[in-house]
Amino acid sequence: MIETTDLRFRYGTLGPAWSFPDVHCAAGERLLLLGASGSGKTTLLHLMSGLLKPLSGQIRLANTDWSTLSGAEADRFRGRHVGIVFQRPHFVQSLTVAENVALPLFLAGLRPDAARVTSLLEALGIGDKGSSRPRDLSVGEQQRAGIARALVHRPTVVFADEPTSALDDRSTEAVVSLLEHHSAQAGASLLIVTHDNRLRDRYPRTVTLAPLTPVTP
Amino acid sequence: MSWIRIAWRNLLAKPLSTGLSTALLAFGVGLVSLLMLTERQLDETFRRNIRDIDLVLGAKGSPLQLILANVYHIDAPTGNIRLADARQVMEHPYIESAIPLAYGDNFQRFRIVGTEPSYPAHYGMELAEGRLWSAPFEATIGARVAKESGLRVGDTFFSAHGLVDETDVHGDLAFKVVGVFEEGQCVVDQLLLCNLESIWAVHGDSPTASTGAGSAASAGIPESTPAETLDTVRKPLPRIGPGGVVMGSVGGPGATAPNRDGNREITAVLLKKRNPLAVLTLPNLLKETNMQVALPAIEVNRLTQNFGIGMGTLRGIAWLIIALSFASIFISVYDSLLVRRYELALLRTLGASRGGIYGSLLWEGGLLSGAGAVFGLVLSRLGLWVMAQFVEQTFHYDLAGMGVMWGEVYLACGAIFVGLLAAAIPGISAIRLDISRTLSDG
Repeated sequence: MIETTDLRFRYGTLGPAWSFPDVHCAAGERLLLLGASGSGKTTLLHLMSGLLKPLSGQIRLANTDWSTLSGAEADRFRGRHVGIVFQRPHFVQSLTVAENVALPLFLAGLRPDAARVTSLLEALGIGDKGSSRPRDLSVGEQQRAGIARALVHRPTVVFADEPTSALDDRSTEAVVSLLEHHSAQAGASLLIVTHDNRLRDRYPRTVTLAPLTPVTP
Repeated sequence: MSWIRIAWRNLLAKPLSTGLSTALLAFGVGLVSLLMLTERQLDETFRRNIRDIDLVLGAKGSPLQLILANVYHIDAPTGNIRLADARQVMEHPYIESAIPLAYGDNFQRFRIVGTEPSYPAHYGMELAEGRLWSAPFEATIGARVAKESGLRVGDTFFSAHGLVDETDVHGDLAFKVVGVFEEGQCVVDQLLLCNLESIWAVHGDSPTASTGAGSAASAGIPESTPAETLDTVRKPLPRIGPGGVVMGSVGGPGATAPNRDGNREITAVLLKKRNPLAVLTLPNLLKETNMQVALPAIEVNRLTQNFGIGMGTLRGIAWLIIALSFASIFISVYDSLLVRRYELALLRTLGASRGGIYGSLLWEGGLLSGAGAVFGLVLSRLGLWVMAQFVEQTFHYDLAGMGVMWGEVYLACGAIFVGLLAAAIPGISAIRLDISRTLSDG
């Protein structure tokens, strides 16, 4: 579950402040956050995952207010409850694909679960790539490995940041289906942040971000 | 998965840079450690063999050479001196005890030294088997000699002329081994000891003859003093009493030096002083002769000081290499942080704390410098071993003390500290990383 109210944010201490629409997504629900480039999609995503602190307003994730957590607590909390699928999936290049996928378990302080890593990789169709280096995977395979990594620790919320922008129609369909399917299996809320209108029809619930306009703080 | 493992994998992912940093550190540590080991070995070897020898009497020449030749048996002697002349110093009131040495031959490149039983006694040598020599051509041999040559009590051997090869064997006069010493960790281990008469006999003087009319050639020890300088030897020596007062001239044929010694020559005399003034008066006493006295302690200090300059230079180079390895690790970590910024931001979004990230960077520096330190210590031992082989072949000295010294423990800790520091400084930028901006730029 993720919920934001009256969220405002500004970069630095002197810049203009931006205001964001409220977002609400219950456990197991799916929500599309639509917006053109520069509408602050990524900023909102970083706010919701605790990587940025809002100027005012509240963000509650799994019934916890981000603002009540200290730095180290926030890191742990994020590790435990948040899964992020990046637009361009980055990996720790010195580790294998399976080790990268297993990283969130280690970083969240959870027990290593090789069986879960393997079954996720297999379910995503890259079961044979576990011992490969990330850079040896195709873009589509990397995207799938990124999804596996976002889901391996059964997070409360999965954020997907433009997951389909680099993909063709067929791959887009496949990736989104996988995301939806596996998020549902993990019982996670799924928030997809995108400017990709191909996804609009699939989602009954969308929040559209207007181009950012400064508001007086 | 663990931070150490991630650090390890990151090191392996850039083998060239990791290899260079490790090699630099290993060479730096290895060089410093080799210097430490060498100094320890030299110091021990040199100090152990000086024992209570205050002065060494021998032919004029380099005092250092006199000491190296007669205390350590690693250099050629400066020449020979007449026993009759030497006696005046040996029996000087300032001198407590004197041990004469005469040599010029070898057996399998181990020196055969004619001396008195007081010589092994001075080093506290114990007999492993047999007995001390008592008659001419009886020899009691050191433990190393016995071990390497295979000589045992009852065996006979022929001496070879000179000190370094075995081409010119005195084939007519055989020595008989009558005893073997226990290992004494000193110079006696690599010597074959016999009485002075045996040495004279090998070189053409009958053990029983003791005429005073021998020419320089009749006392034909190889490094024999040339005939013309023998004349200076025969100059009367001023005799100085305990108060430093010249008591009058003595010496010369038929004076206080009895004829029993004739023209017999010895190589050197190890002296222990009774009066500290001996150090001041004896050199004056010998000014007009072909003899000199040298102080082992001073000569060895001078030697180690000369070594010291070379060692100091090497040490400077070693520290420079260690500083370079610091720079190399620093640049390597700094560089990889630039490349891995996004990875680090990613790890943070996956739940890694600042401390975890910083820790893994420290592990990188620590693992790298730890490996460098260990390789360095191994390297210095390899180096010492190679040197020891050379020294053993050339001088029969055993330098192979491989034990880890405290200094090296400090050195290794210092090297690891260098590695940690080189990772810690650029690591600060990883702590300050703006995750959101890095991800957006990625």
